[in-house]
Amino acid sequence: MTINGESVTAEVDSRLLLVHFIRENLDLTGTHIGCDTSNCGACTILLDGKSVKSCTYLTVRADGADITTIEGIAAEGTNHPLQQAFHDQHGLHCGFCTPGMIMRSIDLLKNNPNPTEEEIRWGISGNLCRCTGYNNIVKSVQQAAQEMQKESESV
Amino acid sequence: MIPANFTYHRAASVSEAISLSQELGEEAKYMSGGHSLLPMMKLRFATPEHIIDISKIDGLSYIKEEGDLLKIGALTTQTEMEHNKLLKEQYPIFGDAIWLTADPSVRNCGTIGGNIAHGDAANDQPALMLAVRATIIAAGADGEKTIPIDEFFHGFYMTALEAGDILTEIQIPKAKKNSGGAYHKVERKVGDYATAGVAVHIELDDDGICQQIGIGLTNVSAVPMRLERGEEVLRGKKITDELIAEVSQIASEDCEPESDLRGSEAYKRSIVHTITKRMLNKALERARNN
Repeated sequence: MTINGESVTAEVDSRLLLVHFIRENLDLTGTHIGCDTSNCGACTILLDGKSVKSCTYLTVRADGADITTIEGIAAEGTNHPLQQAFHDQHGLHCGFCTPGMIMRSIDLLKNNPNPTEEEIRWGISGNLCRCTGYNNIVKSVQQAAQEMQKESESV
Repeated sequence: MIPANFTYHRAASVSEAISLSQELGEEAKYMSGGHSLLPMMKLRFATPEHIIDISKIDGLSYIKEEGDLLKIGALTTQTEMEHNKLLKEQYPIFGDAIWLTADPSVRNCGTIGGNIAHGDAANDQPALMLAVRATIIAAGADGEKTIPIDEFFHGFYMTALEAGDILTEIQIPKAKKNSGGAYHKVERKVGDYATAGVAVHIELDDDGICQQIGIGLTNVSAVPMRLERGEEVLRGKKITDELIAEVSQIASEDCEPESDLRGSEAYKRSIVHTITKRMLNKALERARNN
């Protein structure tokens, strides 16, 4: 498989969950384990461009897949527009849900570059935050949507 | 939580999957999206010795109208259905249901075939399939099978699929003029299984007389349930507020909910009463405007 642009080859147990492979075999600990039952979304990654809960995905099924984790979304020394927006809008408090929120929001904005507030709330409905009450997360995604639209228009 | 040990196999075609299943026997399970089966394996409710991954089989992901039928490939994901133009425009009942099924990341994996083949009355698609009178196409060692939806669900996690059978396609009568459907479920929180859900599909003639009606109920019985007594009341009649009230009452009487963490039996009957009424009205409105 490819992770964050780098090719990775490994032989693993068929029961190894993708989130464990990412965190323990590859030491990419930005992807979190929350509920471990596909409810909370802390483990969300992009698999072939789509948001997937990596606690509910077998590593062996990702053979040949292109995976992006939170570590792989921004160039060295810069922030992805979503990272910057979560920073600017105080879209996090403890930060545990943030990597999952951002990975999910990348998929959301790819399919719907200019979402309404309601579409954002439904779009992140599989990602739980226990600190913020979601308001600042929604604002963060709105800011990032604007920034990313500006970027795509200027290209 | 880590599932118990199993051996992983990946099938490249339906025939390869079936022969693998024949070879490996009853301890082998097919996995498509994996978002029903893998959680059960993590909780050790399911401990298959072999997993046959069918998700990479080509050619089972499509949504198309052919002749009098809408055909949906079993590996079509819920996300693909959610964004499909044809379903959005002609079959809004799917959008109603998928919007309320799990969450976007789970829908990126979960397939329509898996949702039905799992045989769980708590899933949303079974009631919907009963309402629209789907036909299930499956491939097995003895060739292709055609199973009417009323013969498909046998019991708790049990369906007409026999060992080795793979659900390959769902066929639904093509949307007709003056027809419409609607689905809603009440859930404790976004993404939860239904506390109770109701799917309705209505076909009217030019005079507004109900020619065909399907009503399916979610998670209020061990087996996905058709509200036959309610359908009989409406078939052949002009649907009025009085008849809708009567059928809603029948729905609350005929459903078989059990008290659990999602609510008491009485509460669920009350929900079924209310959403049957709302979905009959919504489906009727869509049918009249179609």
